[in-house]
Amino acid sequence: MPLSRDQVKHIAHLARIDISEAEAAQMQAQLNDIFHLIEAMQAVDANGVEPMSHAQDVMLRLREDTVTESDQHALFQSAAPQVESGLYLVPKVVE
Amino acid sequence: MAWETLIGLEIHAQLSTRSKIFSGASARFGAVPNAQACAVDIALPGVLPVANKGAVERAIRFGLAIGASINKRSVFARKNYFYPDLPKGYQISQFELPIVQGGSIAIVFRDGEKIVRLTRAHLEEDAGKSLHEDFHGMSGIDLNRAGTPLLEIVSEPDMHSAAEAVAYARAVHSLVRWIDICDGNMQEGSFRCDANVSVRRPGEPLGTRREIKNLNSFRFLQQAIEYEANWQIETLQEGGTIHQATVLFDPDSGQTRMMRSKEDAHDYRYFPDPDLPPLVISEQWIDEIKRSMPELPSQKFRKFTDDLALAPSTAAVLISDRSLAEYFETAVQGASPEVKRQSANWIAVSTNAKLNERGISITQAPVSPQQFRELMDRVVDGTISGKMAKDVDDAMWAGEGTAGEIIEKKGLKQISDSGELETIVDQVIAANPKSVEEYRAGRAKAFNALVGQAMKATRGRGNPAQINDILKKKLGG
Repeated sequence: MPLSRDQVKHIAHLARIDISEAEAAQMQAQLNDIFHLIEAMQAVDANGVEPMSHAQDVMLRLREDTVTESDQHALFQSAAPQVESGLYLVPKVVE
Repeated sequence: MAWETLIGLEIHAQLSTRSKIFSGASARFGAVPNAQACAVDIALPGVLPVANKGAVERAIRFGLAIGASINKRSVFARKNYFYPDLPKGYQISQFELPIVQGGSIAIVFRDGEKIVRLTRAHLEEDAGKSLHEDFHGMSGIDLNRAGTPLLEIVSEPDMHSAAEAVAYARAVHSLVRWIDICDGNMQEGSFRCDANVSVRRPGEPLGTRREIKNLNSFRFLQQAIEYEANWQIETLQEGGTIHQATVLFDPDSGQTRMMRSKEDAHDYRYFPDPDLPPLVISEQWIDEIKRSMPELPSQKFRKFTDDLALAPSTAAVLISDRSLAEYFETAVQGASPEVKRQSANWIAVSTNAKLNERGISITQAPVSPQQFRELMDRVVDGTISGKMAKDVDDAMWAGEGTAGEIIEKKGLKQISDSGELETIVDQVIAANPKSVEEYRAGRAKAFNALVGQAMKATRGRGNPAQINDILKKKLGG
């Protein structure tokens, strides 16, 4: 199932990535290469095989519920383009 | 033909862990902006999530409390969407394999019981907070809440009215506090509801639903559902159609309105999070948690209605808060059935009203269960009437002493001495020949007037039942 140019643009929009027409064409070709690969793999009969949810056969490690992190916001915010009153400032978003 | 409204709720309960679900930052409410947002929470490159055992344990407690199945293997997934208060660009949630599946919660509605089925409950992280006040035309982002553990509790569309939905939400609110997994503080956003509302003609397939987001009080939940259901019915009756949408409730206008964000914001592209292998829960761990569970509200409800024969509505008030139920049980320890019954009614009505008036919990009440019991004993043994007990109770709440002290001090002791009462009744009969005549002529009202006169003569302290008997005897003779 090859991706249409519109679907590629839609995915770019969801990720808020601005792509040009030429880039969209390039992405479409690259993504469709991946889809062809998936199509080839779908020839394998996987009936009765439990879907894999992780590449490694390991289980989740759990940590105890304790606070281990200290306040480092000054350090982190030294890399932010704009801050005020401890807040990160970003272009206006209104719901 | 009538319309049928169908309501399902998605409740986000913030789990009462000390640290966040995937990082060791504090999850305490009210810190200065970003002081509790660590490298994992703000999604610095190279960080990895490590899951919090306390959050998983709380989800299991919930699953056990509602008789659900706990999935021995569940999977964390990425829910992808773009928003500045979600720095990773995805929320870690559970999709295909949630930790809790099925189960049900009984609610008491109009004095009957109703079962609401649950679809699932899954673990996820909260997002940060966007502040849209003017920061030079920009938005401010506080990521303290990012990564706070949530249990999203999803019901089937089993509710048919706003009142029913509120009863269910209250039952869940009571349960999560009862089993100590969430503080239930709605002002601080620890318990938030989304309501899915649709309408249909009975017997027809499900109508298109609209989702009302972020209702943070029971009053708003009620108002929003009522408005939304009426709006949908009116729209359909006028020949319109309902389109699936997400709406917000505006408490000022009492209306719901469409969110501005486009529908494609819901194209979440879920996939299993490669940073987090499957969550595996052992039978042994579940058993351990089972042993640590308190007696559940549903079990207490059964006990109160079956063993003590309390009305379902009374029992429902008692189990609305674990500390209230425990207050009642402590107070009536070893009491007679009559004391238990009176105490239950008193707590469900008078005490509960006092708590609501003052906005406090029973644990903060100035009257201890033992002091309360003394009051109830005095009512049941006839020392004071129910009406006097109200005054004594008020005085106890005002800190004027124990029931015994107050009864003594105010001279409230009920007159149950039959000799004294007979004298008073004789005086009343002598002073009201007209009423006596009317009573003898068959007018029942006249009898009540005489009882009233006798009560007045005792300044409300006469035992009404005894006065009744004496009057009847004297007038009949």
